[in-house]
Parts: sequence; structure tokens; C-alpha cells
Amino acid sequence: MTSPLQQKIKITGPSVVTANRTFDGVVIYRTADRGWSTELANAAIVREAEPARALLAASVADDVGAVGAYIAPVKIDDTGAVVPGNLREQIRRSGVTIALPAHA
Amino acid sequence: MYAYDEIDQTLVDERVAEFRDQVQRRLSGELTEDEFKPLRLMNGVYLQLHAYMFRVAIPYGTLSSAQLRKLAHVARKYDRGYGHFTTRQNIQFNWIALKDLPDALADLAEVGIHAMQTSGNCTRNVTADQWGGVAPDEVEDPRVWAEILRQHTALHPEFSFLPRKFKFAITASDHDRAAIKVHDIGLRLIRNEQGETGFEVLVGGGLGRSPFIGKSIKPFVRGRDILSYVEAILRVYNQYGRRDNIYKARIKILVHELGIEKFAAEVEQAWQEVAEGPLTLDDEMIEDIRSRFVYPAYEKLPAMPDELRAAAGDARFEAWRRNSVAPHREPGYAIVTLSLKPVGGPPGDATADQIDAIADLADKYSFGEIRVGHEQNLALPHVARRDLPALWAALDALGVATPNVNLVSDIIACPGLDYCSLANARSIPIAQELTRRFANHETANLIGRLHVNISGCINACGHHHVGHIGILGVEKNDQEFYQITIGGRADEDARVGDLIGPAVPYAEVADVVEDIVEAYLALREKPEELFVDTVKRIGVEPFKERVYATR
Repeated sequence: MTSPLQQKIKITGPSVVTANRTFDGVVIYRTADRGWSTELANAAIVREAEPARALLAASVADDVGAVGAYIAPVKIDDTGAVVPGNLREQIRRSGVTIALPAHA
Repeated sequence: MYAYDEIDQTLVDERVAEFRDQVQRRLSGELTEDEFKPLRLMNGVYLQLHAYMFRVAIPYGTLSSAQLRKLAHVARKYDRGYGHFTTRQNIQFNWIALKDLPDALADLAEVGIHAMQTSGNCTRNVTADQWGGVAPDEVEDPRVWAEILRQHTALHPEFSFLPRKFKFAITASDHDRAAIKVHDIGLRLIRNEQGETGFEVLVGGGLGRSPFIGKSIKPFVRGRDILSYVEAILRVYNQYGRRDNIYKARIKILVHELGIEKFAAEVEQAWQEVAEGPLTLDDEMIEDIRSRFVYPAYEKLPAMPDELRAAAGDARFEAWRRNSVAPHREPGYAIVTLSLKPVGGPPGDATADQIDAIADLADKYSFGEIRVGHEQNLALPHVARRDLPALWAALDALGVATPNVNLVSDIIACPGLDYCSLANARSIPIAQELTRRFANHETANLIGRLHVNISGCINACGHHHVGHIGILGVEKNDQEFYQITIGGRADEDARVGDLIGPAVPYAEVADVVEDIVEAYLALREKPEELFVDTVKRIGVEPFKERVYATR
């Protein structure tokens, strides 16, 4: 779960580009049509280093709408759905693993 | 409370207007993120996993009830209905939208609160003993000096772009409640044989990936010279601190690499250039600041009023009183700590409703004043002892009277991987599990004073190095593991804890802590021997054997 900011880009399996929306910080994923979506299911999947770098470069260029773009691992589960590739990304996608104080 | 003047308010208001313009330009695309990031950081705005996090300063941990209510308002209007009190007397909001930040800042500015210098490579919020001004064992109110330092360092042009962040902490008592030895500069207010007030100055303490205990650089600096002296330290740091490597940029590394003697000599030389100059404080200036701290009109009240005698038969009240009520410099009054560590709750969090209710209780029972401590608890500093039973009932109903202050479930924890973009592992669920394991107050009291500190990464925001039991989240093959240290402490005898062995997986952490506690109970010489003293006496090995014998 090492922060992606501390990592060099390496692709070891299916990956997506993710970022936070500048307006409100919400987690977003880069789509194949050069847009952004809050749904991981809509993310463009890349499996090799060169397309991943290209996707990231295009995402970073979209500086107004998205901030802090990076490549994140995903997995394809038994049903074929795209799911986060590690706990960090799972927490980014699904929220904190605890009840929020106001909702406890 | 400190009464702000027009200059303070103007500064805060102007900053709001400036930041509003910066946010607007960022959202319109006029500013890139690279251009905007240092500007948002100057206003305490970080980007975390899920959202922007907004860190608000609470100088020396002192708040009025009006200020506290405004924090509740921000939590409710712009965030998700709660705030998180941190180990540096700040409050953080975890879910705030960038578009709303100027309005939130403007609302806070109405009561003199701001977020300046809660981030970035500058002098951060000046912290102090949360019992300042009311502790019976203090030389004098350390907040007066914290305020002098705050005013001097706020937006100081020479110290706004230091090699790294820079943290001051001040205590005025022999018992250090401000953790001064793990700060860049720690100041201990003392009185010399001539009756002069001054400071022992420590430098180079800090946690993070390279923990160091602060070293004494000068045994006594007169109060009037404290600004010029710390300015000399900062000047040497600014000149020689490393900017080529972020991991070696803190002053603790400079002090370590130069050696305290050589560093002190450099500071002494720099001090000669500024001592006896404009930075020398005159008595009038000190008195002006001191006069702005307005203390309540205390009554002469009995230390053991009838109300307290009557309540003594209530076991729950007595458990809380023994644990959460501390002596006050006025015998008829007490300092009351409010535990923000309920069983199963995230340490340091409080809901907007709780915060509002605490503000009301502060008005009713504590002259409208609240304190925030580095242990992530709150305190009401001026409670008449006759009011303790009534206050307890109200706090209990609010869920902030868990009688666990300084006990095993009074856990310091960083936000960890649930929120933080730097974290490698979660902290809060570990803390929650431990509070459940040690929810029995009789057992917790049997164990006695025991500080558990948890950090989700090496940056050590949860001060794990100086926990009696320290828990550090690390990553192994994409799994959460935790290193355990014991024997650390953050008080006047501060030391860094010792690692007991290999990291353990998430699921085993609470078991390991239980093993350590059980080993302590079996190994202590007498009930009065605290955990940390047992570790000091017998070392790590017996605990290591207990923990790893079956793992």
C-alpha cells in the first residue's frame, strides 16, 4: 500500500489511472474517452507500461479537473468486474473501513 | 483566554480574501496544481485519499466556546458532521470540498481562527501544555510565551520557506505535558536562583523516520532574550539545513550531524548578531501580551464541597473523578479532561453535536473556555469542584466521560490508511479493537498508566516512537503489518521505544498488546510500578519471549 507518490511507475497487471476531482476532492478514474468517472467500472484498463504512461500523461495534462493522477493496480474478479488491486485503492473506492463518528 | 486585537483580525480577514481569489483562479484553470499547491498548503489544505483535508490551528490549545461552536459549524456545514483533534493542537476536517474552503475560512475568521502555517515548510502552530495558566505546578502561564512566539513567527518572511516544517512546544512544569523533547525546539519555562523567569532550550527533537530526543542547547535563556535566541537557532537552521534531501532536512538531522556542541556554537555566534537588538523583549511588551490573557474571576470555594461528598458513593462518578479530574491552582476548582477515546471510537474525533454541547458546558461550568491537548483529548480548565457531579452527568450523556484518561485505551492514533495518502496501514481500526479489548475499567485501572500510540506510517503522526507501547503500520507484500515497540515515553524522561521483534499481521496486533500487558502484570514488582518503569527495569527480552513464543 505504499503511497503511489513514493513509487516509480511499474505495471505488473491490469491498471487504471486515478486522481481526485479538483472541485471537491472526490476519487475519479480516467475513462477510455479521455474523460473522468467516479465509477471504477468505467475506467480505461491498461496492461502494459507504454499505454499506461500515455494514459497517465494525458490525464496529468487535464490539470483543471483532476489532481494528483497516478497509475493504480486493479484486478478482474471471477465475474469479470474490475475491482481495486490493493487495500489502499479499495479504501479510496469504498470509503473508510470504519463507521464515521457522525453515523456511528 | 487571549484577547486578539485589530491587527490579528485584519491579518486573518485579509488572508481569507487572498485565499478566496487563489481558489477561484485554481478552479478556473488560471492556476495549475503545481502553482496552487504551495498556496493551499499555506492555508492548511492537503489532498488526502478521499478528499481535501483542512487543518485548523488552535494556538496552544486554547479555545473559547464561541470558537468551538464555529468549529462545529464548519464540521456540520462543509464537512460530514465531525472533526478530528490532532497531536499538535489542531483540528482537521477530512471531507471538505475545495470550492467551500474560502467560505469555511471566512466563517472561522469571524471568531479569530485560521489555518495559516498548519502546513508547509514554516514554523507551525506553537503548542503548549494544555493546562497552561491553571496547573498548580507551573512556573507561570506558558501560553504567554507561546503567544509571543506565535506573533513573532506568524508569516515571518525569513522562516516561511525553511528546509522543512518546524515545531515549537512549551511547558512550564517539571512534568512535561507538552512533549517538548520531541519537537524541533522545546522550551521549558523555569525560574533561576535570582528569581528570573527564563527557558531551558532544547533543540533537535522529533519523530518520523529518524526519531531523536531533543538536546539541551542552553540551560537558561532569559525571557526577554527568548525571541532573539530562537531566531538565532532558526537562522542557523535556515542557512545550514539540507534542502537536497527531504528525509534529512529537519533540524534534528542538522543537530545530529553537526553535534550539539558545534551546533550550539553556531547558534551562539548567530545570537551575538541579534541579541540586545530589536528582538529583545522589554517588560512593557511582555506585560502587554500577558494582560491579554484574561483569567476568570474565581470565587473562594471549598476543595471538598457537599456536592462532591454526596456524589462519592457513585462508583461510576468516582471512577471518572479519579481518572479525569486534576488539581487546579485554585483549590476550589479543577481541570477536567474530556476523553475523546470512547470504546470502539476513532481517537480524537468529535461530532458537531458533541462539540456544540461541550461549548455549552464550557459556558456553564468553565467560564467559556476549552483546551485541546496533544493526547487528542479536550479539557475544561476552570470547573468549580462543586459542579463536578453535574458536569460528569452531562459529559457522560455526551459520551466524553469514558474514565480512561492515561489508561491503556486512551490511545493516540493518526488517521492512517483510512484517510491519509501517505499511510501504509490502518491505525483507527487497531485503536478501536484495543479499546474494546480493554473496555473493562477495573482491568484498565489495574494496569495503570499506559500509553498506546499508533502510526500508520513512518512519518509517525501517531507518535508511536514515544508510546509506552508503540505500534507502527508497515507494508509487506501489499498486506498490513505492524511493528511493536515498548518503553517509549514523551514526558520529561522522554525516550524512543525499543522494537520487540518482527512485525505482526493486522489480525494479531490486539493479541500482541494483550500479551505484552499480561507479561507486564506478571513481571511488575508491585502495582505501583508503571508499565514503562517495568520495561526500563527488565528490558525488552521478557516481553519479546512472551509475544513470540507462540508465533
